[in-house]
Amino acid sequence: MKFNSNLLKKLVTVYGPSGNEGKIREVIEKEIKDYVDDIFVDDLGNLIARKKGNGKRVMVAAHMDQIGLMITHIDDKGFLRFTNVGGINPYTSLSQQVVFENGIIGVISSEPMEDMAKLKLENLFIDIGVKSKEEAEKLVNIGDICVYRSEYGENDNVVFSKCLDDRVGCFVAIEAIKQLKDSNNDLYFVFTVQEEVGLRGAKTSAYRIEPEIGIAIDVTGSGDTPKAKPFAVGLGKGTAIKVKDNSVLTHPKLRQFMVEVAKENNIPYQMEVLEFGGTDSGAIHLTKEGVPSGVISIPTRYIHSTVEMSSKEDIINSIKLLVKILERDIEI
Amino acid sequence: MLLKRLTEASGVSGNEKEVRQIILEEIRGFVDHVSIDRLGNLIAYKEGKKASKKLMITAHMDEVGLMITHIEDSGLLKFIPVGGIDKRILVSKPVLVGKNKVFGVIGAKPIHLQKREEWKKALDLDQLYIDIGVDSKEEAEKLVNVGDYVAFYSKYMEFGDNLVKAKALDNRVGCSLLVELLKEVKDISFYGVFTVMEEVGLIGAGPAAYSVNPDISIILEGTLCYDVPKLDEHLIPTYINKGPAISLMDRTTLFDMDFRKKIVGIAEKNNIPYQYRKTTMGGNDSGKIHTTKEGSITATISVPCRNIHSPTSVMSKKDYENTYKLLKAILSEYEKGEL
Amino acid sequence: MLEVKEFLKILSEGSSISGHEFRLNDIIISTFSDYADHISTDSLGNLIAVKKGKNNSSNIKIMVAAHMDEIGLMVKDIEDNGFIRFTSVGGIDPRTIVGQEVIVHGSEDLFGVIGSKPPHLQEESEVNKAIKIDDMFIDIGYPKELVEKLVKVGDPITINREFKALQGSRFTGKALDDKAGIAALLECIKELSHINHESDVYFVATVQEEVGTRGAFTSTYKINPNIGIAIDVGFGSTPELPKSATIDLGKGPGITIGGNIHPGLREKLVEVAKEYNIPFQIEVSPGPTGTDARAMQITREGVPALCLSIPLRYMHTSVEVVDMKDVKNTAKLLAFFIASITSENLEGLLCY
Repeated sequence: MKFNSNLLKKLVTVYGPSGNEGKIREVIEKEIKDYVDDIFVDDLGNLIARKKGNGKRVMVAAHMDQIGLMITHIDDKGFLRFTNVGGINPYTSLSQQVVFENGIIGVISSEPMEDMAKLKLENLFIDIGVKSKEEAEKLVNIGDICVYRSEYGENDNVVFSKCLDDRVGCFVAIEAIKQLKDSNNDLYFVFTVQEEVGLRGAKTSAYRIEPEIGIAIDVTGSGDTPKAKPFAVGLGKGTAIKVKDNSVLTHPKLRQFMVEVAKENNIPYQMEVLEFGGTDSGAIHLTKEGVPSGVISIPTRYIHSTVEMSSKEDIINSIKLLVKILERDIEI
Repeated sequence: MLLKRLTEASGVSGNEKEVRQIILEEIRGFVDHVSIDRLGNLIAYKEGKKASKKLMITAHMDEVGLMITHIEDSGLLKFIPVGGIDKRILVSKPVLVGKNKVFGVIGAKPIHLQKREEWKKALDLDQLYIDIGVDSKEEAEKLVNVGDYVAFYSKYMEFGDNLVKAKALDNRVGCSLLVELLKEVKDISFYGVFTVMEEVGLIGAGPAAYSVNPDISIILEGTLCYDVPKLDEHLIPTYINKGPAISLMDRTTLFDMDFRKKIVGIAEKNNIPYQYRKTTMGGNDSGKIHTTKEGSITATISVPCRNIHSPTSVMSKKDYENTYKLLKAILSEYEKGEL
Repeated sequence: MLEVKEFLKILSEGSSISGHEFRLNDIIISTFSDYADHISTDSLGNLIAVKKGKNNSSNIKIMVAAHMDEIGLMVKDIEDNGFIRFTSVGGIDPRTIVGQEVIVHGSEDLFGVIGSKPPHLQEESEVNKAIKIDDMFIDIGYPKELVEKLVKVGDPITINREFKALQGSRFTGKALDDKAGIAALLECIKELSHINHESDVYFVATVQEEVGTRGAFTSTYKINPNIGIAIDVGFGSTPELPKSATIDLGKGPGITIGGNIHPGLREKLVEVAKEYNIPFQIEVSPGPTGTDARAMQITREGVPALCLSIPLRYMHTSVEVVDMKDVKNTAKLLAFFIASITSENLEGLLCY
């Protein structure tokens, strides 16, 4: 399988923070509409694409939103103060560039700090290079959301960029849609909104679809960097099949099924026990009468930074596993 | 099985009766003379060929545990530790209280009602108590008394690759080895001494050594083992499955170097794996024995025990067997007059 | 026919950490099948046993839930020497697991112990600090190669603990939170087999309560009951705990009062307790309770909820203590309450 760098690069570059996913949605819609039977956008903005079948109703979810910074105040000199949309860390934010939907670029710096250990978001500000409040207000408004700006990079082994969380999940889902040959299952690919602020898009889309099986595609951490906390997931060791995080304990039989499919097809995999975090399956499995749910994770270093890093092999293996799972009659 | 019987018996320091009875029953008919001294030490003598030096092999019978200090109006029991116990291992464990072995548990405040910072602190003894399921002091007093000894409730269990889990492996493993020696060895003269109250300050060993007055002594022990990953090797006192641990030095004894070298030589000659006990922490009956009267040459040979002084101590049956083999080899050299 | 004590012993000594409750399915199904008209499981694994009511034209549905999951541990990694690193599932105080025996539920059940550092090697300063889970490991006594064959990352782990009698009618064991509740459900369905009741009663052994009352959400959605009742455990009083936050062992179930609880139904519950001379205590909880009652209350259009608590000491340790009298009184109160609900009085009770 060839690694489609161009598509991934496009996906991580397009603007789309939680609650403002319009642009990224358009890109994804264009990419997949010729491969699916039905495609529509629901009230919250989830993009739902269906490949019809007579078998089990399966919902595959990857979230298209990314973390961002929302402007809360513009001071007299035109400096912007902000709050977080999703998990934003003050240390990773310091000295970063940010970009608004309209293309305006800013840089983040901090007030002088006596003790850097006490740095909080409220000590940081964005400088968009204007002379006054009036000038700033022509370019940005309170409530606007900007996102990190950084360069996409790759080598033979890995890709690194901002918002691999979860554009790489979208990438896996898109590639799977394109590669799927014959599946009996009634497949709903959902590119969800507002995952980063509480799995909100997955909740409403699952309510509508009433899936019989739920599978989320998202990033997970890694335990293979210097002095990392013990965590048996590493880059290049295969796609990760989730057992637990703080939002879900995956369904044991579905998990076993995923493991068997991986084994049968010689797809390298690792089991993931994550001690924090959550993903769309957390919302899907509690929908209505309950939905047996699992997660395919892409091991990723430095999540929620501008230099998130994943292995190309792991990404390819995640696509392979998803395709093979969806092509099977899922009996659990 | 002997080690099972010995470890499941209660014998907190000062209350070794149950263990002593088991040992008495076991060795009866196999030794030529047996006596119990004023402190409760059990001294057995086996008569064989005359030897020029008097040999004594010892093991202490007692184990660490708890003692009831107070009965609250609520019927809950307060306690203090007997011997070196990490207070942090007490929480959420079942125990047996007093002669009648009344079953009780050491509970803890529910996690839900704790403040976050409480978690980071170890629970202090004054926060702990034993619950035997009664609601008043009167009910409790019918079953237990202040001063009652408390032992952990933990069954002997075999698991993994030849491992054993039990409480009180320190030092029922030594008792078990010594009982087996007394039963099996023939025609060699030596004293087998089972001491009391080692865990509270080597109390029994001195008087026992005074009455036996040995030239050479071997102290059998279960000793600390902490072979955890990522710990620097020089900080690991002993390993499981690497054979009997021979002591170099501890807080109470600098062991006789010539005797130690002889023992190592015997192990090597007989292809018995052995290791050195690398830490100098802790101490044992040797501290008293080697300084009693004119003194005695001593050595300590131990079976490594993980999680020592806890209800879930772990040892290897292979280490036990190799320790036994080494002891028999030492006795046969002794018989030849080589020690 | 199982005595409630034996039933509770099997449940307590069994293994059912959140998300892996299925190991208890057989025992619960076979025990309840003597009394239930129908038993099923739903897609998350909740067990639902239905006992039909008599003369029930309006089909009142009462859901009674106790959770069958327990807190536990899970394999996180395997060290080079075969030691297992683990994390917790549900609220575990790391201080309560030092030196415990465990069962690692790998491809077979494997005995192990959670290691501790010998006191001889400790620095003075260490002794007052709690040991963190990250500094603990499980020893199952095999080398890495074999451990990797038997154990996988993600395998559940439970504490190995015998269920034992204390003095009088008190018992100790692990996971009596909330297996004592399941035992109360059994007593209740037995009781109902010889009293008339109009309502269809749905006895639900819920899953994943300890990680956020997840099973109660989906089972309530499926059943869509008129009344939801959670049977859980309450903090049993001990000297160090404030009186206001606890209930006493042996003095009957705690009846919860607060925003989570329907006031009309609660008044009826108290009335029934008084009428039949069943001892009870009041437990105050102004906001959402941490129990299945919370999930029931906010499912679909909302469900009027009640919560009964069995007093339990040392919650979330492996030496929890309950009084069997409380279990039986909880069951009795529940049964008489259910019998007191009719299509005639229900609307009045629910009226604000």
